[in-house]
Amino acid sequence: MNANRIATAALLGALVALALLPFLGEKFTVQICTKIMIMAILAMSLDLLLGYTGLVSFGHAAFYGAAGYALALLTPQYRAANFWTSFPLAVAASALLAIVIGFFVVRTRGIYFIMVTLAFAQMLFFLFFDTKIAGGSDGIYIDVRPVARIGAWQPFRLDDFMHVYYLALVLLVLTYVLLRVILRSPFGRVLAGIRVNEHRMLSLGYPTFRYKLACFVISGAIAGVAGYLSAVQFGVVNPEMLGWHLSAAVMMMVILGGMGTLAGPAIGAAIWMLLELGLQSLPSAGGVDLGKHWQLLMGGFIVLAALLLPNGLIGFLDRVRGRRDESHD
Amino acid sequence: MTETVLRTQGLTRRFGGLVAVKDVSLECRMGEVHAVIGPNGAGKTTLVNLLSGDLEPSAGKVVLGDEDITGLAPYLISKLGVGRSYQKTNVFLPFTAFENCRLAAQSRLASSMRFFRPALADREVNAAAGRALAAVGLETRGSTPVAELSHGEQRQVEIAMALATRPRLLLLDEPLAGMGAEESARIVTLLKGLAAEHAILLVEHDMDAVFAVADVLTVMVNGMVLESGTPGHIRSSRAVQEAYLGSEDAE
Repeated sequence: MNANRIATAALLGALVALALLPFLGEKFTVQICTKIMIMAILAMSLDLLLGYTGLVSFGHAAFYGAAGYALALLTPQYRAANFWTSFPLAVAASALLAIVIGFFVVRTRGIYFIMVTLAFAQMLFFLFFDTKIAGGSDGIYIDVRPVARIGAWQPFRLDDFMHVYYLALVLLVLTYVLLRVILRSPFGRVLAGIRVNEHRMLSLGYPTFRYKLACFVISGAIAGVAGYLSAVQFGVVNPEMLGWHLSAAVMMMVILGGMGTLAGPAIGAAIWMLLELGLQSLPSAGGVDLGKHWQLLMGGFIVLAALLLPNGLIGFLDRVRGRRDESHD
Repeated sequence: MTETVLRTQGLTRRFGGLVAVKDVSLECRMGEVHAVIGPNGAGKTTLVNLLSGDLEPSAGKVVLGDEDITGLAPYLISKLGVGRSYQKTNVFLPFTAFENCRLAAQSRLASSMRFFRPALADREVNAAAGRALAAVGLETRGSTPVAELSHGEQRQVEIAMALATRPRLLLLDEPLAGMGAEESARIVTLLKGLAAEHAILLVEHDMDAVFAVADVLTVMVNGMVLESGTPGHIRSSRAVQEAYLGSEDAE
């Protein structure tokens, strides 16, 4: 069986498993899995920048949080927002933010790109943290979830955790398909060219600034999809959604799973979230509360992963397969 | 008289106190190969960089057709019909030879802001890439990543990419450097053929190749034009013999 067919089979298998999970798992499991899928969407959106275009954005949480806040601000007190308007508006808010931030950061390169994306995200963080906008540092509750009504018919209910799960699954699949389509399009090929040799792209006649900005906006908008879903799932947004802790975590998910693979970052998101959960629930051992100090263990895990999986999990799997192929020759 | 594609006037580029290119005025005409020769450090590559927009001139003018392109960004100059190759191979190493040329050909679309149809579905772009590969003799190497090609073949990809952008003016910076004799001969033949429909500015150290293809020669020394004229004129020039050919023979 060739590599593509194995990958396709694995993806379809994962899709079937995800579709069936709510019938098998408990509510808690379904909710964790919803959260993982939301993070997977966010990680894939970052992979478009990080893995495919070579733009190391360290402020990706800004676009995620912006959509969450957009929903919170669009929701009237004690009443529900309309899903069909609030969803596109929230994603548009993230895209708009990406246009503004992108306009500045896309001019910078390398370490400066990292610094400036971080700086913009932190500015947004403190805008919400230090002022009274949307509840300040405490954040704000979305008391009533958005309603998705078409006339008298309500195709799904966002106050039902099962429905939120399936909405996240559908959007995860759509994000994956959309990004795959974009990556093989002329636009996607330009992004790959920019990653490998931007100078040559310029001399071939490509105004690379525009393409990088467009990429930044697409990526930011998809991050907004994830942020909206998160606000819907938990019914609350707070400044942490915009913070650099999240930006760093998403970057870890992408690197852990394998940059430039799409599926890798999604898997990375699952591993990261499950590990976080697992480490947090560790018992005390020898008078040390391991669960409380889970971040120490997580740090050790990151170091090990960086040393043992230089190209992420997908890179590792490729290498194992490559070795087996060689031994067949 | 044939059409003048490119004209420079008093082109000058300073790097701090060093004047790399000084007061260079030259013309490239359609159907002609204009070779620029000179010892290392004469400013030939800097000149090419000034023409392609990779560097901005400190003084002087670059005129393409009727348009003043002095100081324009490289992508704009490329769009106006100037293709260049680099002295130091400047390609997309992980991509296949075909994809390198396809990406070059794709640059001629009005815009690559096309998000949904697969890039490989554009037959015209594919055909242009295929023609460019065939022109340099790499039609059988299309599916090989450029990183796995020989140095000479990478040089050929470099030229094919410039061709795939369908330029009026070709700026070739030492295209033969690092090529074997057979590959060189092939490229010399190619250049002769290309000259009919292009204006070509050729920077090259291989004197046999230069005198085989050049219609006009400009000799640069220390950033300045020492002499310019037909190959016969340059051969018989005392100044050139002393300043350049003489010292080359002495090596």
